[in-house]
Amino acid sequence: MEHKEYKAINKSVRKKDAMQLLLGKPVYTEDIVPDNALVVKLLRSPHPNAIVTTIDTKTAKLVPGVVDVYTWEDVPTERFTNAGQTYPEPSPYDRLIIDRHVRFAGDVVAIIAAENEKAALKAMKLIKVEYEKLTPVLDFRTAKDNPILVHPEDNWIPTVDVGGSNKRNLVASDTNSHGDVDAVMADCDIVLDRTYHTKAYNQAMMETFRTYTSMDRYGRLHVISSTQIVFHVRRILSHALGIPKNKIRVEKPRIGGGFGAKQSSVSEVYPAFVTMKTGRPAMIIFTREESQIAGSPRHEMQVRVKLGANKDGKIRALDLYTLSNSGAYGEHGPTTVGLSGHKSIPMYTGSLEAYRFDYDVVYTNTMAAGAYRGYGATQGIFALETTVNELAEMLNIDPTVLRDKNMLKEGMQMPAYYNEILSACALDRCLEHCKKMFNWDEKYPIRDMGGGKVRTAGVAMAMQGSGISNVDVGSATVKLNEDGEYTLLIGAADMGTGCDTILAQMVAEYMDCSVDKVSVFGADTDASPYDSGSYASSTTYITGKAVEKACSDLKKTMCSIASDILGCSEDEIVFENGLLRQINSDKTVTTKEIGCKAQVNNTKAAEASASHSSSVSPPPFMVGMVEIELDKLTGEVTVLDYMSVVDCGIPINPALARIQAEGGIVQGIGHTLYENIQNDKNGRPIENSFMQYKLPTRLDMGKLKVEFENSYEPTGPFGAKSIGEIVINTPAPALTHAIYRATGVWHREIPITPEQIAMSKPE
Amino acid sequence: MVTIQKYVRAQSLEEAYTLNQTKANRIIGGMLWLKMGSGNINTAIDLCDLGLNTIEENDEQFSIGASVTLRQLELHPGLNSYTNNAVCNAVKDIVGVQFRNLATIGGSIWGRYGFSDVLTCFMAMDSYVELYKAGLIPLKEFAYLKYDNDLIVRIIVKKAHAKFHYSSMRAQRTDFPIIACALSCIDGKYTAVIGARPHRARYVSDNENILKDGIDDASADAFAKYVADNIKTGSNSRGSAEYRTHLIKVLTQRGILSMKEGDNK
Amino acid sequence: MDIQLTLNGKKITDNIDADMLLIDFLRKHGCLSVKRGCETANCGLCTVLMDDKPILSCSMLVARASGHNIKTLEGLQEEASEFVGFIADQGADQCGFCNPGFVMNTIALLRENPDPTDDEIRAFLAGNLCRCSGYEGQLRGIRAFLDSKKNI
Repeated sequence: MEHKEYKAINKSVRKKDAMQLLLGKPVYTEDIVPDNALVVKLLRSPHPNAIVTTIDTKTAKLVPGVVDVYTWEDVPTERFTNAGQTYPEPSPYDRLIIDRHVRFAGDVVAIIAAENEKAALKAMKLIKVEYEKLTPVLDFRTAKDNPILVHPEDNWIPTVDVGGSNKRNLVASDTNSHGDVDAVMADCDIVLDRTYHTKAYNQAMMETFRTYTSMDRYGRLHVISSTQIVFHVRRILSHALGIPKNKIRVEKPRIGGGFGAKQSSVSEVYPAFVTMKTGRPAMIIFTREESQIAGSPRHEMQVRVKLGANKDGKIRALDLYTLSNSGAYGEHGPTTVGLSGHKSIPMYTGSLEAYRFDYDVVYTNTMAAGAYRGYGATQGIFALETTVNELAEMLNIDPTVLRDKNMLKEGMQMPAYYNEILSACALDRCLEHCKKMFNWDEKYPIRDMGGGKVRTAGVAMAMQGSGISNVDVGSATVKLNEDGEYTLLIGAADMGTGCDTILAQMVAEYMDCSVDKVSVFGADTDASPYDSGSYASSTTYITGKAVEKACSDLKKTMCSIASDILGCSEDEIVFENGLLRQINSDKTVTTKEIGCKAQVNNTKAAEASASHSSSVSPPPFMVGMVEIELDKLTGEVTVLDYMSVVDCGIPINPALARIQAEGGIVQGIGHTLYENIQNDKNGRPIENSFMQYKLPTRLDMGKLKVEFENSYEPTGPFGAKSIGEIVINTPAPALTHAIYRATGVWHREIPITPEQIAMSKPE
Repeated sequence: MVTIQKYVRAQSLEEAYTLNQTKANRIIGGMLWLKMGSGNINTAIDLCDLGLNTIEENDEQFSIGASVTLRQLELHPGLNSYTNNAVCNAVKDIVGVQFRNLATIGGSIWGRYGFSDVLTCFMAMDSYVELYKAGLIPLKEFAYLKYDNDLIVRIIVKKAHAKFHYSSMRAQRTDFPIIACALSCIDGKYTAVIGARPHRARYVSDNENILKDGIDDASADAFAKYVADNIKTGSNSRGSAEYRTHLIKVLTQRGILSMKEGDNK
Repeated sequence: MDIQLTLNGKKITDNIDADMLLIDFLRKHGCLSVKRGCETANCGLCTVLMDDKPILSCSMLVARASGHNIKTLEGLQEEASEFVGFIADQGADQCGFCNPGFVMNTIALLRENPDPTDDEIRAFLAGNLCRCSGYEGQLRGIRAFLDSKKNI
């Protein structure tokens, strides 16, 4: 492992926007746009599967202040996908802006544009719709090959062959394996066959979906949106509206959280359509209820795990089948599911002789799913880690010891992970470190606290990826300014994570200057270099490497300009300590001098752009341990301590990496204990507000402690891997484990409510 | 959100009452529940100018103005000393400080909400609703009266030789309760009030004198079972009837035992 | 209807609809720090001080606030600046959308209880949701601020 003294990276510098945010400055979409925008509201279907037979908007249009009302008859007929993914998009083209056939309770029936909100809401009540109600497919376990089709249309387009068929309610389907699973399984002493269920959790970012659109001074559509994916939004709008991409500009201001929700184009198309129709600025702001019932939540999954092991605890075979519910539309359906196997099974590469991983992704008449931090890995890891914990408990082997016996180690080739070689892995050290920090040996035993309360602990480990190998493209432009300072232009989206700052730290490290000498701009399709966007744990790892390349190129140009100033040849110039020096002399040139020179009689652009893509997706690792107090009579679980150790390579900004971990852990705790999704008879979540969908408060998450075990990833910038997603993966299995320890019951569906705990008896 | 045509700060109870006789007019209380509705209100009647925002205590009673906030209840030393902190325990987990600075006792009691911690807690005391026209009505009766056009002026809590205990079960700390349990022992007689059944709170007194020979594990168990047997529960998204009945037993048993421990202190 | 109130020390008069909510009034009057995160009074993002008490501006009619003294983060920059740097040092600002409400309620907490315990901090701020930070960094920041005052 490389140990190096850094000046700017591996330092906990403040986020560049921190004081603006903490002092409440106007930096978000709604704050920065003019207030003359038309208010856009959506009439949504109450029925999960229906055909709009008639829709009468005459009276609605007469409401003073109403500009227009649009229905299925007004929109283009080419299908598209809302999923923000690299071209050619793997999610099927199955959407229209408004479809006559509504496919979930919440699907859009009409777009209302009005001068003010009151008029828009009044008009909404006056639209008369008649529906032909169809039988819905609500249970995803019955969707595949169900005679009722969610997408019976003939112009359903799978852009990539992912094994889907709209005539089978199938978004995607695949199988993959290594070795003879059945033979190894048959040879095992123990086979555990378990089925798990996880729900369609909402990202519940504090800023709901929102978009502002206007025509710019060149007559192009200018979109200001709370999005993680400016370039993908440009493509999606182009497809949806049928206008050229060069007629669209998309930018994002500060974003009030995303967690993947804003990796789908959930809100953009509606005001964009209004602006195209009226020529006027338009804005949509989703209510919290709309975000809850028509957002882009996690894919509900059922994961069946068959685990074959020997009595000594050696895990020899894994067979996973995942059924994923994509809901009414296929966004991110074909891709999330893969992670449930590819980012769980490899963790046991150390002992595994064979594996199989099959999946089906189905359509149902429920809210369409999307991308949510963890992106399928969370669901798969919950299932697999819980099965491994059950094996440990069954064999009476300490689960940390059992993992040590089976886990993957640095240098191994991972058949279940596209045969990648694991070049950086501190998972074993994470486990050891966490065990010690947490005081595992004392906390793991079940301790009776009296009065029906017991304390005990649970453990899980996790992996994720760093970007999508051979797909994601990150880019950076670094410019030298007149004052000798730098501007970094990116297309990645800081949604609060701090990537603007982290990438600026990298520039500062490469250019040997302080971080405050680097200003950051992003993201804007007109000005930023192309970037896939911020998702898939890619920004630090992929875009960071582009920053490295751009800096390296810029240095060369700066050396060249310096050689012009000093009248020597380029190869005599070295860049050191933020200065350009002629070797074998004391002659130096400052960056400011180069900045000035670059603007006078100069032909060398003092800027550099670079793109990066990676053929590998190095996994970060994490171990999480939780101590709970469980009240056996009420079923209440109190999280006392959650401790974890993360291997994200070299953390570029340890404070921000720690907050990522803490935030992810609390989301995971929420999904396991408090955040429930119960659908009503129309398949619509009862938990449609923050009154019903209960995020953890600061009274619900116990005490957190996060530390790091560094590894050095040779393909990452400064040895870095990702951090953003892996952090959500350990709470569900660790808590499920602790709850088993306290009660003797394995709960295989989350959330695990107090009622389920209090009312269940050991098997 | 609800729409409102006109807003009036009543300058007298009579004015408020008179305005409230029109069906489309509403007294707005703390606004928290009201604003989530989708109806139309003609005149919103605000009682905020009527000086009903104080808690007055004397030897006989507490007199709590209708506009007193939950936060005032939470922090009132006299009320919490009298109720062994039951009042504080009943309200402290309701959403957050900012919410409790708005929500009023008048609004909470008038609404007679099934989930109400406030209604549950005050039903355990010797509480009365002072209505402008109908005068003093025991809260235990008021809780089951139909909504009419009268208005709450104050809540009166008569002091007695009494002890109280309040507990609730919440899946998440600031959520509505899955069950709420207020216990009282007034002049030696024990009563359990169960809220969030999920319907309006109901009470059961120890009419069979289960606890007359004192509290021990067996009598606490027996009383808890008695309460659970006599309180009907229902199901909603937060819990089933069966679980709620189970929780009634657990919270009642534990609460009664801790009231005994209180004796020893 | 006509109303008048004191907003961040300035007397303001306006003619408003009877059902206008304080949050919308404040945003209209340039206090864009005030954010809406829900419609059900659960998130705490819209917290402002009314007569120095923290309240939810999403649940307050402007009509009712008339005659009162309203403070938003725009009017408390100096008081906020004393401690928000400690939150920034933890990176706990994150997306920032919950920050104004959180900072306002922290101001209310520290005025009421200048030396709170960790549990008192958690209890007072329980009505301020944050989806990014996991809360622990916010707590560390406040704790670091309180410690820094003791070390002077």
